[in-house]
Amino acid sequence: MTTLTLLAADGEFQAPGPEIFDFPPLYSGAPVWLTKPVILAVIGALIICVLAWTAFAKPKLVPRGIQNIGEYGYTFVRDQCARPFLGKDAERWMPLLLSLFLLILLWNFFGVIPVLQIPVNSHIAYPIIFAVTIYVIKIYLGIKHQGGIGYFKNMMFPPGLPKPVYVLMAPLELISNLVLAPFTHAVRLFANMFAGHLILAFFASVGFHFLFEQLTPLGAPLGLVGVVMTTIMTGFEIFIQFLQAFLFTMLAAMYIGGSLHADH
Amino acid sequence: MTQAAVVLAAETNNPLIPHVYELVVGGFAFLLVFIVVGKILTPRIQKTLAERTEAIEGGIQKAENAQAEAQAVLQQYRDQLNEARQEAARLREEAREQGAQIKAELREEAQAEARRIVEAAHAQIEADKAQALAQLRSEIGRLSTDLAGRIVGESLEDDARQRRVVDRFLEELEGSGTAVR
Repeated sequence: MTTLTLLAADGEFQAPGPEIFDFPPLYSGAPVWLTKPVILAVIGALIICVLAWTAFAKPKLVPRGIQNIGEYGYTFVRDQCARPFLGKDAERWMPLLLSLFLLILLWNFFGVIPVLQIPVNSHIAYPIIFAVTIYVIKIYLGIKHQGGIGYFKNMMFPPGLPKPVYVLMAPLELISNLVLAPFTHAVRLFANMFAGHLILAFFASVGFHFLFEQLTPLGAPLGLVGVVMTTIMTGFEIFIQFLQAFLFTMLAAMYIGGSLHADH
Repeated sequence: MTQAAVVLAAETNNPLIPHVYELVVGGFAFLLVFIVVGKILTPRIQKTLAERTEAIEGGIQKAENAQAEAQAVLQQYRDQLNEARQEAARLREEAREQGAQIKAELREEAQAEARRIVEAAHAQIEADKAQALAQLRSEIGRLSTDLAGRIVGESLEDDARQRRVVDRFLEELEGSGTAVR
């Protein structure tokens, strides 16, 4: 912190903060909602549709070209997310899970694509949409398959525990399932993208500031470190972006599976 | 620095509060992807994958069937070959037996024929002999009466004449004997 302050005092370096997530309307006079993340969200959804259409519109028995990639994505979601939690119901929920995974993945990847460089999911509105959708489905399926009372009973009183434990257990389970689960579901994705983008922006601005804006013998090595770290962290971010998309989809499958069958 | 940060923080939106317009855009974007990718395209790829599994399983089944069929045909050919060999051996054996039988039969027949011929010859000889005897007997009787008549007719005048008569008779007898034979 002291060095940072020192450096800031020296060369007026300003570390990027949450303000880098605020985007003005695209041009002056544009409606307030027409911002870069909104445009990227729409473009991302369209790209997914177009890619999926080229891959799956007329699927061949012997796959060629992009169908191979599409099938790879499909089998990945099916075997890694759907089947472990949904078993024989996996195929039925694949439309939702595949859409979820592909859209989140591309929106995350926008964070490392040059020029675009903002993960759409670093704006919490988008993770909220996904999490709320899954939450509604989860509650609906739970009540439908386990009954109104049965669902909450199974949720709050998992069998096989000594009776006094339930005094503590029941309210915790209720809060955990109904409040914390959807909250963490959305925030985990959002926070990872938010923090990742902040870290990349920080190292990138260090490099830019000390190598271009304020090139000094003392600052240059620091600028170099910034560039190297930006490169390394970009690679790491790609991994995190994939991991979070995968994790979000997996949790969605887990919540749906938990509502379909009480024993979990 | 801290003041600037505070000012900046005050200016920026709270990142945990979503923009309403982004909720709307995100909702529609997700809905679009869900309809196109989930509702339209996923069933297609599921169908294709199922068909592929079926095709592969069918192909394996077909290959197994073909192999089994080939095995069956091979077995059949082997059986037929074996059968043919056995048949050939049997035929050879039969031919040999038949040959031997024919030979034996022919021999027997030939022997029977020879025997028959010999018997026929014997019978013929016997018949000839009997006939000759019968003829001879009647001849002798006739000759005897002849001779006796002649002797009586000549009245047996003298010995010389008698002797001539007997000699003449015997000469005649010899001459008729050659004529009879």
